[in-house]
Amino acid sequence: MSIEVSRLTKQFNGIYAVNDVSFKVETGELIAILGPSGSGKSTLLRIIAGLEIPDAGEIHLTGKESTLDSPQDRNVGFVFQHYALFKHMTVEKNIAFGLEVRKAPKEKITQRVSELLELVQLKGLEKRYPSQISGGQRQRVAVARALAPQPKVLLLDEPFGALDAKVREDLRKWILELHEHTHVTTLFVTHDQHEALEIAHKIFVMNKGCIEQEGTPTEIFDRPATPFVAEFVGESNFIEAYVTEPHSVRWGPFHFPVNGHPIGEKMRLYFRPNDVYISSSPEAHQEKARILKTRFKGPTIELILQVADDKQIIAHVPKGVSLASGFKEGSEVFIGITEYHAFTDHTVDHSQFETYSI
Amino acid sequence: MDMETTPTLKRAYGTKSPQTSRFTEPSMVRWSIITVSTCFILAFVFAPLALVFVKAFEKGAEAYYSAVSDPDALSAIKLTLMTAAISVFANLLFGLAASWSIAKFAFKGKNLLTTLIDLPFTVSPVISWMVFVLLLGRQGWFGGWLDARDIKIIYAPAGIILSTIFVTFPFIARELIPVMQLKGNEEEQAALVLGASGWKIFFRITLPNIKWALIYGIILCNARAMGEFGAVSVVSGHIRGATNTIPLQVEILYNEYHMSAAFSVASLLTFLAVITLVIKKFAERKLQEEKTSSKILSMGENI
Repeated sequence: MSIEVSRLTKQFNGIYAVNDVSFKVETGELIAILGPSGSGKSTLLRIIAGLEIPDAGEIHLTGKESTLDSPQDRNVGFVFQHYALFKHMTVEKNIAFGLEVRKAPKEKITQRVSELLELVQLKGLEKRYPSQISGGQRQRVAVARALAPQPKVLLLDEPFGALDAKVREDLRKWILELHEHTHVTTLFVTHDQHEALEIAHKIFVMNKGCIEQEGTPTEIFDRPATPFVAEFVGESNFIEAYVTEPHSVRWGPFHFPVNGHPIGEKMRLYFRPNDVYISSSPEAHQEKARILKTRFKGPTIELILQVADDKQIIAHVPKGVSLASGFKEGSEVFIGITEYHAFTDHTVDHSQFETYSI
Repeated sequence: MDMETTPTLKRAYGTKSPQTSRFTEPSMVRWSIITVSTCFILAFVFAPLALVFVKAFEKGAEAYYSAVSDPDALSAIKLTLMTAAISVFANLLFGLAASWSIAKFAFKGKNLLTTLIDLPFTVSPVISWMVFVLLLGRQGWFGGWLDARDIKIIYAPAGIILSTIFVTFPFIARELIPVMQLKGNEEEQAALVLGASGWKIFFRITLPNIKWALIYGIILCNARAMGEFGAVSVVSGHIRGATNTIPLQVEILYNEYHMSAAFSVASLLTFLAVITLVIKKFAERKLQEEKTSSKILSMGENI
């Protein structure tokens, strides 16, 4: 079912946790709210669940105004960061809790619990206590418990935050499968861009209580709307430079075409390490550079390149390419930048930016 | 998901005992410290307790029975039980309310409230007596009002109960506050979102979580309520068969040279002490489990 949030605002001790946030989520969508810690993403989730009351703004669940409804009446499922499983109850009792307090008939509870145990692949563990199962299993009990009363919306607060890397990867795939199976509208909060990019249909990037950009993972990654998004999602080289000649920013040996900016205006340019094209012999639009350092990053090699006396950039090349081309510390290479994003602060409040991409 | 290797590793390290000689004192020092502390406990705790029973049964079981079934003794027992029941119940309500508000809400004056809870531990019972007399005594602020309605508090059971509540109120609150703070309220929030009402959340989530801390607090509170001497002594007026509790009865009997009767009645309190100790030990262990399990789970990690 749909969630519609308009002009939501919440302050804590005079600091905006959520600042004038509006968005709409359609039925069945899987949404990631991505942001650094303290960006207000968890608060936003808690407001939707009814665990916090907003200072201003409205929430519509399935088209019905629900801003001041109590959490009990909203019929949302919430998975807490540390799961908040009931420690004194077995897995089975945890899952059944939401049905029991709603006074569902006994046979129905038994049936639904066994259905969910199947769904979250925890058959055989129903009599265990939360302290007797692993972190990943606890996670899945928490999801099953939240899904038991058939909520309209599933909200997950940093669902993989407390788990180690391998388990997280498995659970990501599992959440995707689960969503394909249940089709329940899902919002999850994360500070991990990989999680958001991999799982979500759509990402809301949050910073300082505001949504900076809303879009599909590809849109967010390829066309960051603000410098913050460019910096936070994926890695970026960041340059601050002035428009030095008509329609162009000069930085070291590079010219970055920009349109409609007066000479002398300050620009902020971002480009990704994998948008740096490197070869050992010069091609068109390439400039000379020297490899200062190489760093092993698993499937890719990170190169720190000296492009001018006082200017360095970072590039990522696939391990195979690096080996084949014989890139090593000290060698001379030629580089070109294939894609970049340029921003200026237009207005006094430093919140309006322009994007150019080539 | 599968992290079964970690515990095995930990166990492997665990077998290598850190108790190597470098970290312990020379054996002479060790043994003399152990001897000193054991002797101290034997001389100051165990011997007096044992003596109580020896004295109580000095004149045989029959004399013991007649001493504790004397009407004055029975009335003292009754008053003690009633006082303990009422003050434990009152402090249960107070303790739950105080610890709930301190652990789960942020409000102005929270530190002050936390500090004030300990006041009965630090103040002399004489002060509380003076305050009660000032407020509720015949010449006190509310004395006239109470007199007009024929309500007696000072030198009456009501006064004994009031001052017992005053002396014992830190016990339950102090046990609950740290446990509640440790637990936070995520489980309650989870129950709330799942549709549980406030009462259901309290009885099905909060109460089971603090069960052992609560039992521990009740045990200590009860032991103190039954054994309290000073605070009760000053408001009781020592009216035999009416305002005497067990400890006061013991004092009277002793002062009147009924030695074995005094010890017989005193032995009841000693029994209570032993039972309390046993339950306390058990509750302590459970309480420790309660605390560690929530720590492990809140880390969201494997054990």
